Amino acid sequence: MIMTLLDIVTAGLLLGGIYALIAVGLSIQYGVARVLNIAHGEFIMLGAFITWTLFTILGINPLLSLAVSGPTLFILGLLLYRTLLASLRERSASPEAFEGNSMLACFGLIFILQNAAILIWSADIKGYSFWSFPIKLGGVAFPANRLVTLGFASLFCLVFYFFLARTRMGKAIRAAAMDAEIAGLMGVDINRVLALCFGFGALMAGLGGSLISISYNIQPTMGLEYTMIALIVIVLGGLGSILGSFLGGLFLGLAGSIVTYIEPGLSIVAYYAIFMLLLLIKPQGLLGQ
Amino acid sequence: MAGVPDMTRKLYVTILLVFALVLLAALPLYGSAYLVIFVSRIFMYVILAVSWTMFSGPTGNISLAAAAFFGAGVYTTAVSGPSLPLVAVAVIGGLVSFFLAFVVGALTLRLKGIYFVMFTFGLVELMLNFILWWEVNITGTTGRVVASVSNATVFYFLLSIILILCLVDSLLRRSPYGLALRALGTSEEAAAHLGVNVTAVKVMVFALSAFFMGAAGAVMAPRWTYIDHKIAFNPNLSFVPVLMAIFGGISKPYGPIIGATIFTCMEEFLITRLPYHYMLIFGVIMVFSILYLPGGLVDFVQRVRAQLLERKHADS
Repeated sequence: MIMTLLDIVTAGLLLGGIYALIAVGLSIQYGVARVLNIAHGEFIMLGAFITWTLFTILGINPLLSLAVSGPTLFILGLLLYRTLLASLRERSASPEAFEGNSMLACFGLIFILQNAAILIWSADIKGYSFWSFPIKLGGVAFPANRLVTLGFASLFCLVFYFFLARTRMGKAIRAAAMDAEIAGLMGVDINRVLALCFGFGALMAGLGGSLISISYNIQPTMGLEYTMIALIVIVLGGLGSILGSFLGGLFLGLAGSIVTYIEPGLSIVAYYAIFMLLLLIKPQGLLGQ
Repeated sequence: MAGVPDMTRKLYVTILLVFALVLLAALPLYGSAYLVIFVSRIFMYVILAVSWTMFSGPTGNISLAAAAFFGAGVYTTAVSGPSLPLVAVAVIGGLVSFFLAFVVGALTLRLKGIYFVMFTFGLVELMLNFILWWEVNITGTTGRVVASVSNATVFYFLLSIILILCLVDSLLRRSPYGLALRALGTSEEAAAHLGVNVTAVKVMVFALSAFFMGAAGAVMAPRWTYIDHKIAFNPNLSFVPVLMAIFGGISKPYGPIIGATIFTCMEEFLITRLPYHYMLIFGVIMVFSILYLPGGLVDFVQRVRAQLLERKHADS
C-alpha cells in the first residue's frame, strides 16, 4: 500500500515538473506581455523536435541539446514579439483589444508551426531511447530519464524564480507585470521587457519540449494537449502568479498520476474536472489575488 | 451606383439574392454529384462561421469550441442510428450541443473573458477523450457505421439550416437581446448598469449558436459513413471557422459567409495538391489579416470604395 502510494506520488511529481516548467513559460507570457499564447504547445513541439533531430542524426546528448533548443526558441520568441506582436500592440486600440488580437495571431501561429513541422519531420510519432535504465528510489524503480527530467525542470524554474526576484531585469519585469504603462514612465524600457518576457516564455517551452522528448513520444500535433494543460495550470495557480504556476504544475501532475492509477484514459477528463471545479469555487486560482 | 436611390438599390439586391438562391437551391437538379458535395461543404463552413460570429462577433468573447459542438451533433447521429428521421436527428443533435454550450457558458461566462477562451480551447480534446474512454470501458466498441443519406438530402438540410440561421441571426440583431449583446460587447459594466443581465444574455446566445453547429454536425455525419471519436471531434473545425469569419469580416452579417466560401474554395483547390502547405498558408493568411485587415475583407472593400468615391468627388 505504502509502496503504491509512494509510486503514485513520485510519478506525479515527475510529470508535474514538466507541467510546472511549461506553465511558468505561459504564465510569464500572459502575465507580463499580455499575450495568451495558445501556440505555446507548438513551441514545446519545436523544442522536442530540435532535440530529437540532434540526437538521432548527430548523436548529440539530449541534455546537451538543451543548450541549443532553449536559445533557439528564445530567439524565435523574441523575433516574433519584435515583428508581429509589437506592431499589433501599437495598432490595438486598448489593452483588451490587444489581448484578443494577439491571441488570434497566436492561433495563426499554431497552423504555421504545426504544418511547417509536418513538412520537415512528417506527421509520424517519434521517440528515442535515452537513459531508460531504472533507478531505485525508496524501493520503487523509475527510469533514469524521468528523474533527470524532473531535476532539470525544477532547476530551470528555480533559476528563473531567482532571476525575477534578485536581478535588476527581474525587478523591471515584475514592475511591468503590475502596470506596463507606469513601469514605462518609471524608466523601464517597456518594449524590451515585454519582448524579453515573450522570449523567456518560448525559452521555457523549448526546454520543456526537449525534456519531454527524453521521456515521451513526440509528434507535430502534440502541442494542443500541452497548451491545454498549461492553460489549466496557470488558472489553477492564479493568472500571472509564477510561483502559483509552479505549484499548480506539481499539483496537476499529482492529480494526473492518481487518476491514471485508478482509471487510465481519464487523465485529461480529470484535468478538466479540476478546471471546472476551480471555475466554480475559486476562479482566482490557488495563489491569485 | 451612387446615383441610384437607396430603396431601388435595396430592391435590386433583394431580387438578385432571391435569383441566386433559387439557382443554388436547384443545384442538385443540374449540377454534378461532385459539385453538390462541394457546395455542401461550403454550407457546412458557412453554418459554423456564421453561428460562431453570432456570439463571438458582438461580445468579443472568442470561442474556440466550434468543433466540440459540431462533433456532439455528429455523434448524436452515430448513436441514434437509422431509426430516426434526419430532421429529428438534426434537432436532437442541435439540442445536445445547446445543452453542452449552456453548461460551458454558465460555468465560464460570468467570469472574465479570458477564462472562457481558455476553457473552450480544450473542450474538443475533453469530448474526444471522454467518448473514447466511455466507448472502451462502458460500451466496449469504438467507432460506428452510419447509414448513408443521398447527397441531395444533405445539401437541402444544410441549406435549410443556413436559411433558418440567417433568419434567427437577423431577428436576433433587431431584438432587445441583440441590442443587449452589442451593448455588453462595448462595455459590460455599462450594460449591467443599464439593467442587462449580462451573463444570462451571453449564455443564451452562446447556446443558441451552438445549436446550429450541432445540427450541422448531425446532418453532415452520414457523409463519413464510418465515425469514431477522432473523425467527429476534429480540432481543425474549431479553428478554421474562426479564421473564415475574421478574414471575411465580422462587422457585417455576410462577412463570414464570404470568408467561408473563399476558404472552402481555396481548401478544395489546395487540399490535394499541397495537403500540408495549405494549412500553413491558412495560418499565414490568419496572421496577416489580423495585422493588416482588422475589419476583414468586407471592411477593406468598404474602405477602398470610400476612398475611390472621395477621389471622384475631389476630381469633380
